[in-house]
Amino acid sequence: MKKLMLGNEAVARGAFEAGVTVVSSYPGTPSTEVTEVISKQYDEIYCEWACNEKVAAEVAIGASFAGARSMTAMKHVGLNVAADPLYTASYTGVNGGMVAVVADDPGLHSSQNEQDTRNHGKASKIPVVEPSDSNECKEFTRLAYELSEQFDTPVIVRLTTRVAHSQSLVDVGQRCDYKLKDITKDPAKYVMMPAMAKARHAIVEKRCDDIAEYGYDCAFNKMEINDTKIGVITCGISYQYAKEALPDASFLKLGITYPISAKLVKEFASKVEKIYVIEELDSFIEDFCRSLGIEVHGKELFTKLGEYNPQMIKKAVLGVDAPELIEVDEQIPVRPPVMCPGCPHRGMYYILKKLKLTVCGDIGCYTLGALAPLNSVDYCVCMGAGIGMAHGMEKARGQENTKNVVAVIGDSTFIHSGITGLIDVVYNKGVSTVIILDNSITGMTGHQQNPTTGYTIKGEPTRNVDLVKLANAVGIDRVVVADPFDLANFEKVVKEEIAASEPSVIISQRPCALLKTVNYGAPCEIDQEKCKNCKMCMGLGCPAISNNDGKISIDASQCNGCTLCMNVCKFGAIKKVGEDNE
Amino acid sequence: MSNVMIVGVGGQGTLLASRIIGKVAIKAGYDVKVSEVHGMSQRGGSVVTYVKYADKVHSPLVFEGEADFLLAFEELEAYRWLPYLKKDGKLIVNTQQMDPMPVITGAMKYPENIARKIRDKVNDVTTVDALSAAMEAGTVKAVNIVLIGCFAKNSDVDKQIWIDVIKETVPQKFLDINLKAFEMGYNS
Repeated sequence: MKKLMLGNEAVARGAFEAGVTVVSSYPGTPSTEVTEVISKQYDEIYCEWACNEKVAAEVAIGASFAGARSMTAMKHVGLNVAADPLYTASYTGVNGGMVAVVADDPGLHSSQNEQDTRNHGKASKIPVVEPSDSNECKEFTRLAYELSEQFDTPVIVRLTTRVAHSQSLVDVGQRCDYKLKDITKDPAKYVMMPAMAKARHAIVEKRCDDIAEYGYDCAFNKMEINDTKIGVITCGISYQYAKEALPDASFLKLGITYPISAKLVKEFASKVEKIYVIEELDSFIEDFCRSLGIEVHGKELFTKLGEYNPQMIKKAVLGVDAPELIEVDEQIPVRPPVMCPGCPHRGMYYILKKLKLTVCGDIGCYTLGALAPLNSVDYCVCMGAGIGMAHGMEKARGQENTKNVVAVIGDSTFIHSGITGLIDVVYNKGVSTVIILDNSITGMTGHQQNPTTGYTIKGEPTRNVDLVKLANAVGIDRVVVADPFDLANFEKVVKEEIAASEPSVIISQRPCALLKTVNYGAPCEIDQEKCKNCKMCMGLGCPAISNNDGKISIDASQCNGCTLCMNVCKFGAIKKVGEDNE
Repeated sequence: MSNVMIVGVGGQGTLLASRIIGKVAIKAGYDVKVSEVHGMSQRGGSVVTYVKYADKVHSPLVFEGEADFLLAFEELEAYRWLPYLKKDGKLIVNTQQMDPMPVITGAMKYPENIARKIRDKVNDVTTVDALSAAMEAGTVKAVNIVLIGCFAKNSDVDKQIWIDVIKETVPQKFLDINLKAFEMGYNS
């Protein structure tokens, strides 16, 4: 049976068909739906949101050691967090098959960098498998478990945004009846102390050679010999672009991009006249080809930046120009993403901006506070970094000079890797003020539960982390819970906490406006007679409020009635539709 | 071969629209690819999804000058993405206007007379007030289904297939509203 599936959904299907029974992940665009689909559609599979990618990988490793087929899914930068356990799981190998799904984001649709996961595969000596459409997502995932067990290694299934978030047809199969493997006591394989790891390293090196050899004739790699004037070596989504641009060319489509079969590449090279390596991001396959002494054309024609498309390939290879376009010569205002109407973060940033604070930000919807008109976030590096950075600024410039520095971090991000930063502040006698945004959900990735929400991935009630007690327990005596929509109080709290000569935590508490439980009732409107056109409300950067030639108005179809704008209006000109504000 | 590009503002329901078109194309017997947008760019930003259907589809994306159809949920977005439309392509545009942040902050102006400028550049334009139609059908959230109705009228796929897919896709309790919205778009 054929079904239209998202790449991520197809990976989930592949895990189901492979008989996977344990999945642990941390959400991250563009990987999130792999785990969400499993939690919603496949009750046979135990599934969880872990605190971070490292823990998730460890859960998957443990499940594999226990004889189950397991999976962990993450975005590319999540692999940096999970790298520690994975690099050594490469040495231990597996018992039940284990797959780490890692989704790269060329073009940075929703990420802080554009790193290429294949480099991690090479560095950790873990094989990397790359599908190019949804059917391959399903098939390659299923086959990755066989590869994992045959060669005793974890396997990385590498996706990119366009593979993960495109739908195409999938041949759906049955779930295999996978029996848990026996657990055997084998410290030489599973206890990575120096003596044992030394011996395992030799096994890992041989395994890389063996997999490269296996790649010569396997279901992952595919050679298509057509016109032999042009040969293309490619992988993943680039294959689809190249196939559309050069339908008559010969192709070597690599489904295993690490380790690559040298024999296969040499054979292909012997059959075609001119070789182009077409791969998004780094020159990974290209470098390998050159190391074999094969002359190829690659990054001197194609960029290492962003995404590819068929037109650029046609231009570079055939010299064919793009079609003539309908031209728009007027400058069109950009439309960057914005915080939603009713977003609780807006009130907080309004105060931070008013107080002219330096903000060490973090990863989440609240990073959008860097954009106009709130312009509040000054630094953002990675998950959890804000707290450590605020502490570092204080140590660099002294307490008295960094009174205006705060760290801002989401609830899920705080659990992910903010807590260790907070402990560091306390332990090393810092005085940072940390604002934790408790909006009752993981927002940016599309509403996932997390340890602070009190619900599991399946929506079952569970013990929730009490952020106040947690902060107290690590040594923060000043912990204040404040509503970011109560602007006067929030401002007072922030002033007090940044002035304190000890570390403090402010928990900015209000649920995400997109949660179904949030209902602010009627939208707001502006009484044009009372409006003095002072534009204070415009400073909130609410997408529902606009200024049409000096007339400020609220778009009722966008406004969710949160009333934050009523709070900032000094003239009482804003009221809820249908209510009197006298 | 049809390349469909759906553009709008995050939150307007472009994703559901692209999924419906994708399902319809499958029922009509085509190979189909649908490309979606998730994550940060969804938050009120300019969003683009693609549906491609043909005997065989490779790239899931549509690039400049390649779209047979541009289905725009908002005027400024129609204008922004116009270079993606083939010179003889079809444009369906919702007359709704939503200010982007540079306009809200006063840094830039919302371009004037977009509808006229578009008509100067594109021969085949259908404009539809999908917001009013959706409100009449029962909810502003049905803007996407009104536009699907309008697109269906312009497509070569049988109307009944569209209705079947909507029935399979939208929740039962909103079905009547959505079917009404579809008809309003279809007959607009």
